[in-house]
Amino acid sequence: MNVKHKIKKIGMNKIIFIVLGLFQSGFVCAEPIQIIKISYITQEQKIPAALSNLDEFIQYKGMMGATIAIDDNNTTGQFTGQQFVINKIIAPIKADIVQLFKQQVADDVSFVITNLPKQQLLQLADLDSAKDKLFFDSTTSDDDLRNQQCRDNILHLLPSRAMRADALAQYMMKKQWSKWFLVTGMSKEDQLFSKSLKRAAKRFGLEIVAQKQWTHTYDARRTAQSDVPVFTQGIDYDVLVVADEQGLFGEYFEYRSWKPRPVIGTQGLVPTAWHKTHEQWGAVQIQNRFKALAGRSMQEQDYAAYLAARSIGEAATRTHSNQVQAIKDYLIGTEFALQGYKGKPLSFRPWNGQLRQPVLLAAARSLVAVAPIDGFLHPKTELDTLGFDQPESSCNRQNPVNNELATAIKNNKVDKQGVTVDKLIQQLKNYYNRLNGNK
Amino acid sequence: MKKSLLSVVFLAAFFSLGVQAESVIVTLEKDNALAVIDPIAGKLVKIIDIGQRPRGIALSPDNKYLYVATSDDNTVKIIDAETYKIVGQLPSGDDPETFALNPAGDRLYVSNEDDHLVTVIDIPSKKEIAQIKVGIEPEGIAVSSDNLWAVSASETTNMIHWIDVKTNQIVENTLVDARPRAASFTADNTQLWVTSEMAGTLMILDVASKQIIKKIKLNIQGLSIDKIQPVGVVIDKDRRWGYVAIGPANRVAVINAQTLEVEKFLLVGQRVWNLAFSPDQKRLYTTNGRSNDISIIELENHKVTKSIAVGRFPWGIVSKP
Repeated sequence: MNVKHKIKKIGMNKIIFIVLGLFQSGFVCAEPIQIIKISYITQEQKIPAALSNLDEFIQYKGMMGATIAIDDNNTTGQFTGQQFVINKIIAPIKADIVQLFKQQVADDVSFVITNLPKQQLLQLADLDSAKDKLFFDSTTSDDDLRNQQCRDNILHLLPSRAMRADALAQYMMKKQWSKWFLVTGMSKEDQLFSKSLKRAAKRFGLEIVAQKQWTHTYDARRTAQSDVPVFTQGIDYDVLVVADEQGLFGEYFEYRSWKPRPVIGTQGLVPTAWHKTHEQWGAVQIQNRFKALAGRSMQEQDYAAYLAARSIGEAATRTHSNQVQAIKDYLIGTEFALQGYKGKPLSFRPWNGQLRQPVLLAAARSLVAVAPIDGFLHPKTELDTLGFDQPESSCNRQNPVNNELATAIKNNKVDKQGVTVDKLIQQLKNYYNRLNGNK
Repeated sequence: MKKSLLSVVFLAAFFSLGVQAESVIVTLEKDNALAVIDPIAGKLVKIIDIGQRPRGIALSPDNKYLYVATSDDNTVKIIDAETYKIVGQLPSGDDPETFALNPAGDRLYVSNEDDHLVTVIDIPSKKEIAQIKVGIEPEGIAVSSDNLWAVSASETTNMIHWIDVKTNQIVENTLVDARPRAASFTADNTQLWVTSEMAGTLMILDVASKQIIKKIKLNIQGLSIDKIQPVGVVIDKDRRWGYVAIGPANRVAVINAQTLEVEKFLLVGQRVWNLAFSPDQKRLYTTNGRSNDISIIELENHKVTKSIAVGRFPWGIVSKP
């Protein structure tokens, strides 16, 4: 049967229909496919010691969050002619992460989502081959990565320890539970969180009436019942603040302290980016979608990896680009508004690459509050009442003014051109105002 | 005997006409109920149990039936608009939240948020006739009064999907600002108004070109940008005024629909969600999700005149003569 004959048989109406159909599908995929390549890199973890077996250890936290986000991006992509491809790299426990990165993250991959601790993250970000890549740190909460140790090519998705501590402090202010008894564990991380808590207490005018270290010098399992009352005796305080990031002793304090006092910090009421009790602002949708895919509830690091990949998606869609500079400019610019199921648009702080976001204050089975707490005001956005605000940050992120300054000083042009310190300060102020979108 | 019966009927008809000039019906998400309000008297008339987590609500063009999406029952209930008795139910797909009726009143377009679908239901046969794959988390949905377009707004994909109602196929997509929530056609079907909850904007789309022709950033002096989260949007039939509910800003924006400029903001209850005109378009009613009431706005002078407590988490709203 020849074509002509076939057409006759189908009839004119149907031809119009087919032509229309072609026209329509042309609308859907108007542009050629643009590919956005992303690597996700993580290292297997040794199962850490835990206080109880109630919470199963989750290997590869974060990965499923990235998976969902890539699916979401590709749903949008099928309408905009973009395709998001993710390459997941899992390093064995003792593997050399730098070597693996060099081998497996190709030159044409511009975006790297990391689920790595601080040291490894910096090792990768400082590589020569990483200069033109943008890293999305979906794991750390280190304050110094947002300050002295910050990098121009890293964005941080999880709230810093300072943001978490400030969130707690705001809620304590609201409750007027202003006398803190601070208990810190032995690990380096515990010390860091303790430092952030002290900073928050000072910032919000709360009083740390006592500080003690939990030293694990006794068999706590047998003696928590008798040791905790003694440990907490003789101090007049409103709330017990615990810094125990690994969860080795903090749970002992609830219901066992000498006085009936609530526990906050790393146990009891915890500040977190995400929690299974969170249902507002459409959160139920993503909780359900995640559970359907992963067979467990969404953890903080899953949420962070989700936001990382969604940020890339959002920026690529808006800029119609897969280029690292265009995407980065968009992400730290004022237009970027990411929907993160927390009732407020999320954006990046241009001065240190930290994602601005509400911090959830959650108990085991109920969401207690969402910080910033009502009443804590800020001239730009209330979200910046949490963590290191622009004037407080010591991050020396690469920016035009710093460059100009550095070059000027280096070339000793400051005096020659009659540039006064006042002028330089004005220049800085103008720059930051521009950055803030103020006139 | 016959005569007296007839006069009783007449009397009853007259009575009901005289007493109930207008009703406002509100879905109460947390009370699993409908609230019926007499807006003239400013009174809550009754509360009717309806099913799990009622949200979207619509009135049939002949004013005879109400359709209510009971999200957690996974169905759309049909309610007699006189007696408020449940008289039937429609299939709706999973977790129906919002839906729109076509102008003839015989088709429902339902957003299934969890499955990323729009389900089309034929009302007379109570059958699902199409499922259209849309972007992630579809929410706002509207059908043009010339019955050419059904549009679906997907909250995570950030798009308006244009569905041709004849073929039930998406023929075009418009990228809009973050987390689009609601969409409304102007009465002349030349424009589509869309709200973006995260960007704090109202976008005006040209229906012919499917492009955004104007973006209005809703800034309110003294409120931080985080609080500007536009949700419900309606435009009057003469396209003189449009109104946007701005959620946690507790305000309704009054927009000149000719110049497309914001005229003023009206303070209403807390977390204002959805909006509905009175049948004569002389008043606007708002559901206020957090203060558990509705506000009544007199449109002649744009004054908020009353608020009426209705129950927990008022969500959807319609009025009927």
